Amino acid sequence: MTMLGRTAQNLFWLSRYVERAENMARLLEVGYRMSLTSRREGGASEHLMSMMQAAEVDEDFARKERPADVDTVAHFMMFDPDNPSSVYSCLQAARTNARSVRTAITSDMWGAINSAWLEFSQIKPRDVRGAKLMGLLEWVKNSSHQFRGALLGTILRDDGFAFLQAGSFIERADNTARILDMKYFVLLPQSEMVGSDLDTQQWSLILRAASAHRSYRHVYHDRYQPQNIADFLILRPEMPRSLIYCARFIEQNIETLGAFYGRKQVCDDVAGRLRAMVEGTTMDTIFAHGLHEFLTEFIAQNNDVANALAESYNFY
Amino acid sequence: MGDTAPFDEMHNADGSVREPYRALAQWLDEQPDKALTLMQSDAEAIFRKLGITFAVYGSEEGTEKVIPFDVIPRIIAAQEWRRLSQGIDQRVRALNAFLHDIYHGQDILKAGRVPEKLILDNSAFCPQMMGLEPARQVYAHIIGVDIVRVGPDEFYVLEDNLRTPSGVSYMLEDREAMMILAPDLFQRQKVAPVENYPENLRRTLESVAPAGASGAPNIVVLTPGIYNSAYFEHSFLADQMGATLCEGPDLFVDGGKVYMRTTTGPERVDVIYRRIDDDYLDPLTFRPDSMLGVPGLFSAYRAGNVTLVNAPGTGIADDKAVYTYVPDIVEFYLGEKALLQNVPTYNCTDDEQRNWVLANIGDLVVKEVHGSGGYGMMVGPTSSKAMHAEFRRKIEARPDNYIVQPTLALSTCPTYVNAGIVPRHVDLRPYVLVGDEVRITPGGLTRVALKKGSLVVNSSQGGGTKDTWVLEE
Repeated sequence: MTMLGRTAQNLFWLSRYVERAENMARLLEVGYRMSLTSRREGGASEHLMSMMQAAEVDEDFARKERPADVDTVAHFMMFDPDNPSSVYSCLQAARTNARSVRTAITSDMWGAINSAWLEFSQIKPRDVRGAKLMGLLEWVKNSSHQFRGALLGTILRDDGFAFLQAGSFIERADNTARILDMKYFVLLPQSEMVGSDLDTQQWSLILRAASAHRSYRHVYHDRYQPQNIADFLILRPEMPRSLIYCARFIEQNIETLGAFYGRKQVCDDVAGRLRAMVEGTTMDTIFAHGLHEFLTEFIAQNNDVANALAESYNFY
Repeated sequence: MGDTAPFDEMHNADGSVREPYRALAQWLDEQPDKALTLMQSDAEAIFRKLGITFAVYGSEEGTEKVIPFDVIPRIIAAQEWRRLSQGIDQRVRALNAFLHDIYHGQDILKAGRVPEKLILDNSAFCPQMMGLEPARQVYAHIIGVDIVRVGPDEFYVLEDNLRTPSGVSYMLEDREAMMILAPDLFQRQKVAPVENYPENLRRTLESVAPAGASGAPNIVVLTPGIYNSAYFEHSFLADQMGATLCEGPDLFVDGGKVYMRTTTGPERVDVIYRRIDDDYLDPLTFRPDSMLGVPGLFSAYRAGNVTLVNAPGTGIADDKAVYTYVPDIVEFYLGEKALLQNVPTYNCTDDEQRNWVLANIGDLVVKEVHGSGGYGMMVGPTSSKAMHAEFRRKIEARPDNYIVQPTLALSTCPTYVNAGIVPRHVDLRPYVLVGDEVRITPGGLTRVALKKGSLVVNSSQGGGTKDTWVLEE
């Protein structure tokens, strides 16, 4: 009995949406912090806009024709059904996908996503302000951790597992690349010369957006250095949200699928190319090539992997 | 019937406990205060965790309800069950023979035992099925027979559900919950297992695979999708018997054969346990606007390349108007007297019967011939004068569209409510599988009307369920 192509697709998107909900919560947290500490006139709104750019929802927000202040942006990122990446939209899509493949996931996984959705849908957006917002963002991350825990702890290591894992790591790679690209200019080597308080703060927020502000110290035993930050999030294999970690993991899972089904597929090569972008290179090479150009290409290649996977395994 | 107290399955009229309930009565006596309250709230948590919900049509998205579960099991003695199951076995064999005849030679119509008009002009009759030879000549493979009890030895069949009866997942999960809640109660007596149902379902489906199917037949469950109210059950059954849960777009027909779209390409499908109605199965044969079905499915079925379970067109045998003829049907095909009785039913097209019905409508139950789920139905004693008048008008306008039955005093079972343990009315739906043999799961689903005095057991109208125990000798 082979898995339906639709089931594979639902599994892929289920974990992708859970990962996205978590990432959106993290991005919003960063945007929120930046806007709180901005002393410049209009600075808060700029920070929020660049955060929404990183999440690629700035155009959807513009269509709302609302000023970008903390409340409108928080509502848009958390609760707005018109925002396809809002936490609301992500959790709902994750649950719908999970419900469609109820037989292909464990009851613990179903329980995690189902109760996350049920709890979230009880929340009244009007009640979520300030400290409450921070608490809710924490809750979103925890819900994602709980789902991941259920996934890792209970599901069979077969093709379904590989589709789930490919989904989360393709989403994660995309997210890390976007966070870097949002502030790539403060990561360029020459900005080290500046090293103003403002830069330091931006660096710390980039790390925070990738849940890396503590682990950075463990790896570098040093103050924030822009190349190190870029190095950490792009090339360090021990950093679980770095591009190289994600790319290797994606390739591994796609290889697992090839082995499971006993045949090579187009997506194997595409995943190999993505990994090759970050394997055996250095930050110097990347900077010489252009950080922004590199990130743009990585995002496109990563997207190609998702498309190739869908084609190879008959998503529809 | 209305004046005497209904038959209680636990207590005799003098208050003494009936034999099958002795162990339960003793167990209940031994329970400390609040034990049942605790069990009741544990049960609710268990069902939520198991994910047993049903969507309520028309209610807000995401609202899924848990059907109330009563912690006191209903108990049926071994010899009571033996008689019941013999009657059920006889009935489902006769109904399948009837279906084969109706879609072939129509001997029963020629013999004048069932009026020709009643069958051929019936919207449940499916002319596309004429001459088609299903595997093992079985049409209705999965059946839920609705039975009510009115006395120690009096059982009546209320309805034969031959289309896509639902609820079997509740039967299985009720048992699961009961074993978690009161394991010690199971030690005191031997209860016949129901857990084999998924295995038996699989065997039944395998046994009716088309002759051409090679090796282990590929079985799928076809669901209308996640928004269907019984979606939980569809996914539960697919999971339990190791079948693929499919929606229409997951399947396609090519060269008269059915395939599913898998990660490695098309894979042949042999048996489809479909949980979508006849009308929606195949837009090329039935409703052209159906998005749920599979274009070309019916021609693949006709060509004998796939088995549909249940077969299309089985509705002609559980039609409410045909129901009254079931005792004749049993005699005609099996040459035996029907072991199970029908509820006496008045035919409103007969002037004398109709006049009597119109005069006594306040005591009677009126059912629309094609209604189901408690819709299009009126229970005289609990309905208003205005309702009586309305149904009188309806019957006069279209006498053939209604059947009328006396209001039965359904038996009661002890049921736990806030006020304590009280008698509540119940019915019973045993589940029957027909393939290479007839397999009847001991017991079935007991539905209980939780409101005092209510006779309506439907979950949409305040009904709950109970675990149903058939004792082994």
